[in-house]
Amino acid sequence: MVDFEVVELPETDHVEEGDTAPDFTRPLVNDEFWEDVALSELTEEGPVLLVFYTMDGAFPATYMWNEIRDRNWGSEAQRASEKASGETASSDGRDITIVGLSVSDPYAHKQLIHERGMDYRLFSDPQNGVAEEYGIVNDLDGMAGVSEPRPAVFLLDEDRTVEYAWVAEEWPDFPDYEEIEDAIAGR
Amino acid sequence: MSQPATAQSAITLYRLEACPFCERVVRKLQEYDLDYQSRFVEPMHSDRNVVKRVSGKRTVPAIVDETTGVTMSESANIVEYLENTYGEGARTDGGEAHADAEEGA
Repeated sequence: MVDFEVVELPETDHVEEGDTAPDFTRPLVNDEFWEDVALSELTEEGPVLLVFYTMDGAFPATYMWNEIRDRNWGSEAQRASEKASGETASSDGRDITIVGLSVSDPYAHKQLIHERGMDYRLFSDPQNGVAEEYGIVNDLDGMAGVSEPRPAVFLLDEDRTVEYAWVAEEWPDFPDYEEIEDAIAGR
Repeated sequence: MSQPATAQSAITLYRLEACPFCERVVRKLQEYDLDYQSRFVEPMHSDRNVVKRVSGKRTVPAIVDETTGVTMSESANIVEYLENTYGEGARTDGGEAHADAEEGA
């Protein structure tokens, strides 16, 4: 991407594969409203890909959600596309809920969902407590008093056991989308 | 006092942040210690299709009470419904007959 070493983030003791992902309740925003939802309510319905990303206006948020949207990850978008193509859903292990989390407030989330035209719901965690629980806090230099999660992706089964984990080691850093697709397909 | 966050609550309240009419309903729900799930919508009326689908109007507050099968808008109506259904001397039939009468109001 660039011809110099990208800034490294310090080592962190974060949630890893095999761990049980901490449960939390936060406002979960869809394209019409938001309400408090627990992560465990989502995993009870099936596997969940939990995507931590930068605040909504930052360019990595745009890049990541464009990519995920264009790859059509997740049950809702997947079902819609398979319905359109006349094929049946969930025979390929991709019947999974994709959900995001950033420190942006619900109003910003609604705007992002509209701007990106995405069929994914987003948790709002302005005080960054979830990132603390997951060991992925990123204190932002030059923005006093502001921290957010490091970009990170966790694939969780129905018991919130982490089947795949990726946590940013550089700033910025982006998930390996192919690797995540393999992890989802390999379930 | 804050309500437990469960999607299983019988009462869903559609509300707008800092809307005094919504807070009036919240005060009554809390007074009767009722479990409810809040769904927040946008200030712009045109962005409230979910409320329109549920209640027939885009106004908030609006509540859906699965216990009685009642869906209702307008804070004065909702407060009166809650008082009659869950307040002291509430009707033992859950207030459904009352709610039906209210719909024509």
